[in-house]
Amino acid sequence: MATSVEVNNRTSTVVLSKRHFWSGFLFGLGLVAFVDEMVFHQLLQWHHFYDRSTLHIGIVSDGLFHAFSWFATIGGLFMLADLRRRQALQWSFWWGAVFIGGGVFQLYDGIIHHKLMRIHQIRYVENVLVYDVIWNVTAVLMIVIGWIMVHRAKRS
Amino acid sequence: MGHDHSSILTSPLWDILFISISCLAIGFYIFAVFISNKKLHLHRWPLYRTAFWIFGVLMALLVMVGPLATMAHFDFRFHMMGHLLLGMLAPLLLVLAAPMTLVLRALPVTMARKLTKVMRQRPFSFVTHPITASILNIGGLWLLYTTPLFQWMHHYTWLYVLIHLHIILAGYVFTAAMIYIDPAPHRYSFLYRAIVIVFALGAHQILSKSLYAYPPEGVPTEQAEAGAKIMYYGGDAIDLVIIFLLCLHWYQASRPRTTLSESQTS
Repeated sequence: MATSVEVNNRTSTVVLSKRHFWSGFLFGLGLVAFVDEMVFHQLLQWHHFYDRSTLHIGIVSDGLFHAFSWFATIGGLFMLADLRRRQALQWSFWWGAVFIGGGVFQLYDGIIHHKLMRIHQIRYVENVLVYDVIWNVTAVLMIVIGWIMVHRAKRS
Repeated sequence: MGHDHSSILTSPLWDILFISISCLAIGFYIFAVFISNKKLHLHRWPLYRTAFWIFGVLMALLVMVGPLATMAHFDFRFHMMGHLLLGMLAPLLLVLAAPMTLVLRALPVTMARKLTKVMRQRPFSFVTHPITASILNIGGLWLLYTTPLFQWMHHYTWLYVLIHLHIILAGYVFTAAMIYIDPAPHRYSFLYRAIVIVFALGAHQILSKSLYAYPPEGVPTEQAEAGAKIMYYGGDAIDLVIIFLLCLHWYQASRPRTTLSESQTS
């Protein structure tokens, strides 16, 4: 029979494991959104702030996702600081979750935002399909890599 | 926007009024600091809070008086910069100055008790609820930019003053509802406020992009596009500080308390 301390230990491990995942996931999502904004909007200027083919729902989804990812970057990092403070941080698990979060955002951005809601294209060129394929395959690869990392970390 | 509204702004009486209000606001604050610092059982009022208050009042004054106020009437880009200063930056600085805490310290105990009793009343708790505060703040902006209100504002002085008063008050209530610097009688959890602020910032950014896509009546396209970007990225910058402080407060509140048992469980 488990003592109360052991039960307490186990619930606390579950809580910390969940916090690990969410910390990495949220930070990864925010990080990729931030890189997207910095590299593709500002530096390369491939993405447009708005293009005339955008659907109404596209503006709504973009606004909410932008706000969410902005919060997620900061919130995820504070959760990371909390895990370190509790000396419970397992970097490989955390980085795995970062990859999953980043991949999920990139896939949503690449399929829903770019293609379905037509917020903007990756680049305004003839063969945008090549860019779309690279974009979304990278996203799927990030999710797969993250998933493997998380599962390996959980086993050890 | 025609030429006939310039008289609204350049009327020296309004300038005198806004400068007087600002001087009174700064004067009362410093007076309260002196009284508070005389009470020996309280620690000294931190200097940075006074600095926040002065800068906050000056930011608001900058929008109402002087070259920015004049430019804002003719150019949507300057209007939007003014909106960011008056509706976001000034309120943030004023909230960080903790004016309610200062007033409660400076007042005699019996009067301070009466004041807190008033603050606990239903109308106050209704307005300072995170969702009401967000609707007053962001909803007010939707009303301003998507209805003829924006054009009327440039025609009627009283409406101009009323709208600007609403912008700074709603901005203050919103910021105070998100980050608890002053004592807040009705507190909401971090997660609750986090969700509300994501939707509030989201609505702000949706409005920014809508302004880019569909400029308000009478605003030239290039001004609307530049103004929308100022609103979008400027809103991000100031909300970054609010989100950072909200998360910092969570981090401080959720610190492990019983170090021995915590170190065993981790």
